[in-house]
Amino acid sequence: MERDASSLSRVERPLAERAIEGLLRLAAMVSVATTAAIVLTLGLESAAFFSEVTPGDFLFDTQWTPLFAERHFGIWPLVCGTVLTSFIAMAVAVPCGLLAAIQMSEFSSSRVRFWLKPSVEVLAGVPTVVYGYVALIFVTPVLQKMMPSIGAFNALAPGLVMGLMIMPTIASLSEDAIRAVPVSLREASLGLGVGRVSTIVRVVLPSAFSGIAASVIMGISRAVGETMIVAIAAGQQPRLTLDPTVPISTMTAFIVQVSMGDTPHGTLAYRSIFVVGAALFLMTFGMNLVSYRLARRYRRLT
Amino acid sequence: MFEQAKRAVLCGLAMLLLVACGGRGEPSASAASGSGSGAAAPVALGAEIRMDGSSTLLPLSEAVAEEFQKQRPSRVTVRASGTGGGFQKFCSGELDIAGASRPIRPSELKACAEKGVGFMEVAVAYDALSVVVNPQNSWVDFLTVAELKRMWEPAAQKRVTKWSQIRDGWPDEEIRLFGAGVDSGTYDYFTKAIVGSEHASRGDYTSSEDDNVLVQGVSTDKLAIGFFGYSYFAENAAKLRVVPIDDGVAANGPGPVAPSAATVLAGTYQPLARPLFIYVTVTSLARPEVKALVTFYLGNASRLSKEVGFIPLAASTAAAVQARFAEGRTGTLFAEGSSVGVVLDEVLKSGASAASLGSGSGASTGK
Repeated sequence: MERDASSLSRVERPLAERAIEGLLRLAAMVSVATTAAIVLTLGLESAAFFSEVTPGDFLFDTQWTPLFAERHFGIWPLVCGTVLTSFIAMAVAVPCGLLAAIQMSEFSSSRVRFWLKPSVEVLAGVPTVVYGYVALIFVTPVLQKMMPSIGAFNALAPGLVMGLMIMPTIASLSEDAIRAVPVSLREASLGLGVGRVSTIVRVVLPSAFSGIAASVIMGISRAVGETMIVAIAAGQQPRLTLDPTVPISTMTAFIVQVSMGDTPHGTLAYRSIFVVGAALFLMTFGMNLVSYRLARRYRRLT
Repeated sequence: MFEQAKRAVLCGLAMLLLVACGGRGEPSASAASGSGSGAAAPVALGAEIRMDGSSTLLPLSEAVAEEFQKQRPSRVTVRASGTGGGFQKFCSGELDIAGASRPIRPSELKACAEKGVGFMEVAVAYDALSVVVNPQNSWVDFLTVAELKRMWEPAAQKRVTKWSQIRDGWPDEEIRLFGAGVDSGTYDYFTKAIVGSEHASRGDYTSSEDDNVLVQGVSTDKLAIGFFGYSYFAENAAKLRVVPIDDGVAANGPGPVAPSAATVLAGTYQPLARPLFIYVTVTSLARPEVKALVTFYLGNASRLSKEVGFIPLAASTAAAVQARFAEGRTGTLFAEGSSVGVVLDEVLKSGASAASLGSGSGASTGK
């Protein structure tokens, strides 16, 4: 209807526009269609899996050995490994990332910040396979010097390295959130005679809370989905434990292990990776949802 | 100016990281490993020769491929997706040569026959499947087959977890087990020889198709024990200690026997000494470059075996293998798919008269 205004391009423009619109829609549909296809595949294979394994076994057995003679299909050892490594990673990434963000936004001169931020972000660009071998052949031996009882494969080293990898994500996103806090708030606080640190802790951080929380949840999603580091350095041995010094396996590491071998298609062992994938999908999906909500709230606040 | 400086910092950091990680990266990034084909000559290289299969055999096949390519311009790719994975590809016609650390299984024989893939079976060397512990492990002097079984059988899962459960007097500390992954012929052989039936083991151990990962695990963990091919032990002998094995059969040498060329050839390192094979498809053998490679493999296996940590076949055995290859006899001599405790010489002798399994399909394929 508005097109009436430009009678000149009545013929060409709508065509070109429609083509571009179509292209854009296609681009958007690609990701939607991919998600739909993933959900469908995971759903179908999982259904086939549960026709042979009862959900009770899946949820209440404490062992996970689908590839071996004595088969068990309890998902908890893998979930436990994932939670354990992610927890260790977040224990490193959240404090480091947050402090780095505060440093960059509140204390650095713009020149220092100009250098610092990209340097920190480089860490996020290192291929994860490199991190994996850093964990296995550098971090683990160092840990063994300090704690001789720690295994050659353990949850601690990949967890720590994963934290290092995630730290820049949290630092960068939190920094954006902190910088988005209006200067007037800081000035008001400082004007009332509140010290600089107190201003940050009492005024700035709470104002930026939802942005920081969203960045942390993004970080957790990354930790949960991280594959290469744990596949290389955690030991690929599913066991139900919260002891970070022994070999464990995570959901992602198990998927890698099976899909790299020659497990025949259509077998129960093969289907087990789809079930694990579905569980993983639900976990990250839930977290992304929370993150999305928080990010929206944060946008509304500022 | 800033922009440049920034870029310099970024590059510097990235390079530091790469150097820091690359310098120590002996363990290959994955089980697959291409043979460094340096021959970029414009000469007609012929079609690529595709080898895959056993990771145990990989060091020998790589050494052979490397020398062969120096001598004759050709493209040989060597991968290691495990014996089982190798046969799967081999029987669907994707490979020219499959390396195997156990003989072909009846099920794989069937798969090959269905696809009309005829093959020749060539024994190339022996391996002594080695049980290793950390050098700091002071208590394990030897292990009996029964003890190994107690450690690895399916019933041990979650129940046998301490060294003290294996033998009285050993420390009340956790056993950390490292072993071949379920796709490897090493796993099949070990379970058959130790537990008694193929593919039967506990599931709660650190498994990998990449033997370097297992070396890394055992060499840095005092409580660890693992098993893999002798060549991986030989290459890392300073970081590992090999455990003598007692099979309780007096005829195979009384008491515990450590793996070595002498004990394997004398037949006393039992039951963990095993022949290694390459399988070549009949169709590929019709290609001159493949035939040349196999001939080269046979001619140099003995010398290269010593270099990379395998045990060469006895001269008489090697001669019998060569004769069988020269005659063009197809099929396997191990119809039941296992070679535990088998004497290669006897099998070859009996095979010289009897027709072997799978040969029929080989003769009939002309595609």
